Amino acid sequence: MVDVTSLTRSTATSESPLTRLALIGLALGFLVVFLLLPLVAVFNEALRNGLGTLVTALQEPDALAAIRLTLLVAAIAVPLNVVFGIAAAWAIAKFEFRGKAFLITLIDLPFSVSPVISGLVYVLLFGAGSVLGPWLKAHGIEILFAVPGIVLATIFVTFPFVARELIPLMQEQGTADEEAALSLGANGWQTFWRVTLPNIRWGLLYGVLLCNARAMGEFGAVSVVSGHIRGLTNTMPLHIEILYNEYNFAGAFAVASLLAGLALVTLILKTAIELRYAGQLSAARGH
Amino acid sequence: MTATVSSGWRFRQPSVIPGFGLTLGYTVAYLTLIILVPLAGLAWRSAGLGAEEFLRIATDPRTTSALRVSFGAALVAALINLVFGLIVAWVLVRYRFPGRRVIDAIVDLPFALPTAVAGIALTAIYAPNGPLGGFLAGYGIKIAYAYPGIVVALVFIGLPFVVRTVQPVMEDLDREIEEAAATLGANRRITVFRVLLPALLPAALTGFALALARGVGEYGSVIFIAGNIPYVTEIAPLLIVIRLEEYNYAGATAIGALMLIISFAMLLLINLIQAWSRKRYGHG
Repeated sequence: MVDVTSLTRSTATSESPLTRLALIGLALGFLVVFLLLPLVAVFNEALRNGLGTLVTALQEPDALAAIRLTLLVAAIAVPLNVVFGIAAAWAIAKFEFRGKAFLITLIDLPFSVSPVISGLVYVLLFGAGSVLGPWLKAHGIEILFAVPGIVLATIFVTFPFVARELIPLMQEQGTADEEAALSLGANGWQTFWRVTLPNIRWGLLYGVLLCNARAMGEFGAVSVVSGHIRGLTNTMPLHIEILYNEYNFAGAFAVASLLAGLALVTLILKTAIELRYAGQLSAARGH
Repeated sequence: MTATVSSGWRFRQPSVIPGFGLTLGYTVAYLTLIILVPLAGLAWRSAGLGAEEFLRIATDPRTTSALRVSFGAALVAALINLVFGLIVAWVLVRYRFPGRRVIDAIVDLPFALPTAVAGIALTAIYAPNGPLGGFLAGYGIKIAYAYPGIVVALVFIGLPFVVRTVQPVMEDLDREIEEAAATLGANRRITVFRVLLPALLPAALTGFALALARGVGEYGSVIFIAGNIPYVTEIAPLLIVIRLEEYNYAGATAIGALMLIISFAMLLLINLIQAWSRKRYGHG
């Protein structure tokens, strides 16, 4: 006879097998419906009319222009935030000074600001009604509804990513390695390039991955400052919106599948780093 | 590091490591230029509106309904994520089953998938002619182009915040505490609800707050699925965009400032609750 009670009996530190099964089922069901299904839907819709249609849709001039602009914006915004992230982490992790906690709070600020507001602040700063607006116009400098505005909005929303990854990591690593290098005669830059950078490289790559994914995928902030000029100021996410609103679903999902592919690559690389170099990432990281 | 006797107030502790001035200077300058000056501009412009104009926009029925939709839907979604996030994290930390690593990686999908892509994908699924939307329509349930659609999009966006904040704390939970509870006569249910959940409360609240903050400001994934009917399913960020398209900068500024004020007040409140629960239950 099967012992039914053993299925429903819990132990001191674990639930009964039945409860366990139910919880696993619940969690998996939730994740499949809310996370996996949308991902599958993107590729399903993109390939609905075959691979040929997908490729043709991506070779459309406006789509190509959007892809180029997205790559350009990320190529400017990500390195700038990398330099900032390293500088911020160096100052915060290697030194003890007043107001450090406040500084970290300020660095995290963009995470609690709506992307639309991130765009709005630049419209207010550089737009027609602002102090700078007329001066910029008189000098022929275009920021809003042009590439500089898109880059600025992207920097704003991706601002904390690299810093947040590096600050806890460098705090955990302490200053002993750097002090050893310095006492052996290395100068500051040598210490950074030969000691610190190798120590933080996987954490840095991790931050760059997340920063890049957000930079290429940002929608709200960029939407506000871009002006939606087809072929000129449309990034890939904005191009998706335009195509979608024109009921060109095949085109919209074609571009979307490219970004979904980028998301998958990001996830795979991120997981690979987590599995392989867990010891070289911050234990206290979290997003 | 050298231990010196502190002689009164000093800005920083002495250190042999170079580059403090350079890195802190660059950090503060970059932060000021990119984040603080633009945000201060928003505050300055909304202050320039004057109290009367600001109040007029703030109490405009379209503004208040948009704010109610944004904060209400974000609250519902964050609560759903709190419950399911705890379950997902528990299953990932405590149970071993095939495919666990893949599932663990998939949890981060909303961080990696652009919001516009998530928006059109969720709409394709939950629209009346979509696979799930069609099924639910048979029961008279409308998800896409209605309020539930907003909640679905925000659940998608917010889930990893709860899972990823709770997960590391769960991993660090000391099993001996559970054993102690059991030897003292607690059954498993009592152990879970009286011992484990209180220990997880501060982390769960942090995740809840992050999901909530993200949901309130979310734009990309929502506008495709919401239907965007003024007074009903129009979210506050969309109203800002609409005001900007009308060149109504005053309206956009005031709504933006309102959103920031309410968000920061909420985060402050949650921080206070967190500080209280940390003091009460100990665990970070």
